[in-house]
Amino acid sequence: MKIALGPLQYYWPRAAVLAFYEAMAATAVDIVYLGETVCSRRHELRPSDWLALADMLAAAGKDVVLSTQVLIESPSDLAALRRLAANERWPVEANDMGAIHALDGRPFVAGPHLNVYNAATLGVLARAGATRWVMPLEMTAASLAAMLADVPSGLQTEVFAYGRLPLAFSARCFTARHRNLPKDDCRFSCLDHPDGLALDTQDGQPFLVLNGIQTQSAKVYNLVGELDAMRTLGVDVVRLSPQSTGMADVVATLHAVLDGRLDVRSARGRLAALAPAAACNGFWHGRPGLDEVAA
Amino acid sequence: MTSTPPSFELVCPAGSLPALKAAVDHGADCVYLGFRDATNARNFAGLNFSEEAIVEGIRYAHARGRKVFLALNTYPQPGGDGLWRQALDRAATQGVDAVILADPGLMDYAARVHPQLRLHLSVQGSATNVDAIAFYHRHFGIQRAVLPRVLSLPQVEHAIAHTPVEIEVFGFGSLCVMAEGRCQLSSYATGESPNTHGVCSPAKAVRWQRTPRALEARLNDVLVDRYADGEQAGYPTLCKGRFDVGGDTYYAIEEPASLNTLAILPQLMAAGARAVKIEGRQRSPAYVAQVTRVWRAAIDACRAQARRYTVQRDWMAVLDNVAEGSQHTLGAYHRPWK
Repeated sequence: MKIALGPLQYYWPRAAVLAFYEAMAATAVDIVYLGETVCSRRHELRPSDWLALADMLAAAGKDVVLSTQVLIESPSDLAALRRLAANERWPVEANDMGAIHALDGRPFVAGPHLNVYNAATLGVLARAGATRWVMPLEMTAASLAAMLADVPSGLQTEVFAYGRLPLAFSARCFTARHRNLPKDDCRFSCLDHPDGLALDTQDGQPFLVLNGIQTQSAKVYNLVGELDAMRTLGVDVVRLSPQSTGMADVVATLHAVLDGRLDVRSARGRLAALAPAAACNGFWHGRPGLDEVAA
Repeated sequence: MTSTPPSFELVCPAGSLPALKAAVDHGADCVYLGFRDATNARNFAGLNFSEEAIVEGIRYAHARGRKVFLALNTYPQPGGDGLWRQALDRAATQGVDAVILADPGLMDYAARVHPQLRLHLSVQGSATNVDAIAFYHRHFGIQRAVLPRVLSLPQVEHAIAHTPVEIEVFGFGSLCVMAEGRCQLSSYATGESPNTHGVCSPAKAVRWQRTPRALEARLNDVLVDRYADGEQAGYPTLCKGRFDVGGDTYYAIEEPASLNTLAILPQLMAAGARAVKIEGRQRSPAYVAQVTRVWRAAIDACRAQARRYTVQRDWMAVLDNVAEGSQHTLGAYHRPWK
């Protein structure tokens, strides 16, 4: 199975992003997804900056995919989507059905925020040009197995296997709201929270993380114990989602497990030290997402 | 009974045959309903229509020149297509005026096998822009799309102006702060979500606990809110609780409130929206009667004299009485809400 680095969900200063991808170029990731998927107000990197990163990573031997924004609201969001879809150099990850329309039959990756819950829908997307699909984050292993029994031939499967789960998207910006600011005058508050802003329950339990218009799990999804099961099911790519520190070590750890050089128990220990929060794997096992089920 | 179809439809919820009749009797142009199974997103005990009730409901509505839409707006899970396809097959023979779908695979089946069946795109299909709407139009021939409640009024106006597909907008009822069809918070906490089980913050996960200081509302072990004595407790919908962020305890995601767009009804009509949708299939026939009557009056007033339109106090009094959390909001239609 290949390793993909999912699109960066957070908003970091330009220098931090560039340094991050320089470091990622030297890791064992096979595929890198680039681009701003959360908020059109984030401008530390311009489209030309993302394209320059694409060139750098391709030169380093990585497969590069450009990801579209997930929630398209304004005419300018739509214009940016269409420009991205029209590019003929890099494959595109479609995170909205509008992107698929704009791609007009060109090959694409169906991102995890499209609602693909059954084989019939997968067939629709394959006929529209999908060459790979990323399973919805909440989908269970049992459902995946049922889907893959009917998967169109040649369509690859990717599974989100590590990182805080992007669970919901809203028109409202929760990070700005925390500072009593409207979205249009957010003062780029997301920059203050490189792994998101923690939201706890009133009895002190970490619950969610606010990341602008996106709400994430507080816990870090971690399927390191389920990699063999994925391989058996026919999963082609595992997706790791960027965090602000230690990402190269996260990649190295997963890579070592995939190669058979590191046992799962040791990997769990290493990842526990690297992750910003406790691990969970409930979705895969058909449980509430925040559960952690022993393998 | 009007001889020409209205150019702006009032679409009202029917969770039961009495509610359907209440909606029709009080002026709804269209009603929407579901079967008693997982094919629609309000699959609660005691709600929805048996085969006999649907047949009678369609007869009652059609005799009065109104339309019936069938909600088949959940996502078939792998291997489960049969239930949804059979529901579509039944709908096609029963004479519903349209089916409201979210799942592309199901839309593909409907377009191929029942090409004469009018397809409406559910809000759960999460089409927030004209290119997404165009995808469904091009591949399945949808004739109407219900917009997720994430667009500002100018964004709604722009969308309507740039698509040939009819646009239906939510006007009143419980509000989702997340983009519909793009929220997995509920399955994170409980294992069930709108996309997997047609439900959010399911009742089976709700736990109430009284402590010396407060009444606590949980979904499984997740504390959603705490109510002091004298505070009105509401249903613990996950995103509507009070949480701690950076040392502040507040409605960090959304307050319990109802969407109410009476104030911008003239703009919605002027923009060319084809219909306004009232949320509430889980509400009582009395609720449906009251809300339908108010919206019928408002639409008629607007149609008669758009420039003189004002929101009447007695309309608001009726709606205040039935609003969630007794609060109203324009939601995303009003830019500062974002």
